[in-house]
Amino acid sequence: MIGASLRAPRPGLFHRLSSALYLHPRLLLLLLLTPPLLWLGVIYLGSLLSLLLQSFFYIDEFSGVVVREFSLATYRQLFTLSNFDIIRRTAGMAAAVTLAAAALAFPLAYYMVRYASTRTKALLYLAVMLPLWSSYLVRVYSWKLILAKEGIVTWLAQQLHLGWLLEGVLALPVIGGPSLSTSYLGTFLVFLYIWLPFMILPIVAALERVPRSLIEASADLGADHRATFRKVLWPLALPGVVAGSIFTFSLTLGDYIIPQIIGTSEPFLGQAVYRHQGTAGNVPMAAALTVVPIVIMVAYLAVARRLGAFDAL
Amino acid sequence: MSMPASMPAVRFRGVSRFFGDVRAVDDLSFEIADGEFFSLLGPSGSGKTTCLRLIAGFEQPDRGGIEIHGVDVAGVPPYERDVNTVFQDYALFPHMRVGENVEYGLMIRKVPAAERRKRSEEMLALVKLEGMRDRKPAQLSGGQRQRVALARALINRPRVLLLDEPLGALDLKLREQMQIELKALQQRVGITFIYVTHDQGEALAMSDRLAVFNHGRIEQVGAPAAIYEHPATSFVAGFVGVSNVFTGDAARKLTDAPGAFAIRPEKLRLLSENMPAPEGWVSRSGAIASSVYLGAATRYVVALDAGVDITVMQQNADDRNRGPGPGVRVTVAWQARHQQPLTDSSVDRR
Repeated sequence: MIGASLRAPRPGLFHRLSSALYLHPRLLLLLLLTPPLLWLGVIYLGSLLSLLLQSFFYIDEFSGVVVREFSLATYRQLFTLSNFDIIRRTAGMAAAVTLAAAALAFPLAYYMVRYASTRTKALLYLAVMLPLWSSYLVRVYSWKLILAKEGIVTWLAQQLHLGWLLEGVLALPVIGGPSLSTSYLGTFLVFLYIWLPFMILPIVAALERVPRSLIEASADLGADHRATFRKVLWPLALPGVVAGSIFTFSLTLGDYIIPQIIGTSEPFLGQAVYRHQGTAGNVPMAAALTVVPIVIMVAYLAVARRLGAFDAL
Repeated sequence: MSMPASMPAVRFRGVSRFFGDVRAVDDLSFEIADGEFFSLLGPSGSGKTTCLRLIAGFEQPDRGGIEIHGVDVAGVPPYERDVNTVFQDYALFPHMRVGENVEYGLMIRKVPAAERRKRSEEMLALVKLEGMRDRKPAQLSGGQRQRVALARALINRPRVLLLDEPLGALDLKLREQMQIELKALQQRVGITFIYVTHDQGEALAMSDRLAVFNHGRIEQVGAPAAIYEHPATSFVAGFVGVSNVFTGDAARKLTDAPGAFAIRPEKLRLLSENMPAPEGWVSRSGAIASSVYLGAATRYVVALDAGVDITVMQQNADDRNRGPGPGVRVTVAWQARHQQPLTDSSVDRR
């Protein structure tokens, strides 16, 4: 009697469905993957494709109406000197921000993984991510106040009798300017601040996967710290650095708010897209400008791959 | 050779290493002779791996000093010590091929590529991995990885090789095969092997001498047969092989004398109750409490009338004899010289 009641199937549609799914794992997989694939395929890649298509349309210069015919006219316009300046400026900034972020993030990530106690590590994680929880705009405007001519940085420099140093830095060509908040240096500092967590976290993840014994084995085989870093630690952390750099690089390429608030009046890519899209109504040009960072990122990943960034994956 | 033959490969002089309140290594002094296969045997947390790491230079002693071939290595980093390590998890570099892993030490020392290649070919041949040089570590089996780790350490021609439970991750058959190969290899290359293990069978099978560790101290150092036949403490008697250990009251009940002693189960003979024990043997009567058939032997637990249990191991030399079952009255006999007197374990003394 007891045996029979144990073996009796529980009735109900839900039970039968779950049995069917258990016996047909492919069906379950299909069910689970359909929503994300639809999202990726239609909404994400679909809109990207339509953007690409838009870039092959062109705007009629007299009427200001978009002509929906295939043409390379927009791309011809893209490669004018002023647009090239924008691209160079933005890519240069993205590269500088990425390099600086990697240089700042690596030692911190290494400390978090190799030395910090569980408690310190949790606190550091919190410290890295805490800024991400507050408003991006608020943080950028705070930096405007910090970097302004009347701001705390100038004040502090004067208190420390280092006003000459700040002025010297601001007098440098290209990166300098009337004040930090109206120079490329200021834009750079804010970009670095805003995107740094996106570099730290992937490097931490990569270093977590390097067992301590590998570092010890390298030392055991005669390598000092420098050699161990070059031959073992860096190659194994590289996928994390590249992952982080994809974030910092592409986020800097696409951002239009930070250079709007802090920096010179020279436009960055994002601002140019914004202007063509909004006031000018030149959607084909905006689309063509958006293709630029995509091409830059593809080229960047290809180079990273050739350098062996993904060998240790 | 210019150095005296008596110069030990490694000497510990009152070495202690603390982790917080834990005495991982507690005032150790011992010597390992040049060319010896020396095992550090003990349960996990007994300090044997810390000892190895102290020799390698990954840890620094809090007290005392360590000499490697007569040179005090205080403050000498691992990369300047003439020792190499085979790690428990092998620690092969996952982004390098087998050949690059093996040549790593030579590459760091800027040995020319042609010579590196020649020596790594020799090493791969020595560990029977010819033709594997272009594989990545992930493409190798556990046994093959172990050999790569060995080749990577030996190619640097260290005077002392440290091995941290290198066979722990292998299955039983492979482990037994590697034990024989490792021992043969050590005799061929003639360098000192210091071998950490928690497997007493492994330590007995491979070592010239071994040290038995317990709670950061060494309970006994000696040749395998000496340790097995004459364990000095109850810990050694219990950890190395199986022993009947009798202390205090139990010892008094059996022998009418106080001192603690141990006796190996295979030294005991099981006799029918009415059969006389051989001349000069000690005999005690009792009843079989349990018997477990183990294939080569059968293990009996006999409840002696004196009030203690004793374990007896009998070879199954005869397939017709099923042996006595539970409850059967028997006599257990042994030679008095097989009673091994014990001192208290050094930990108990503390």
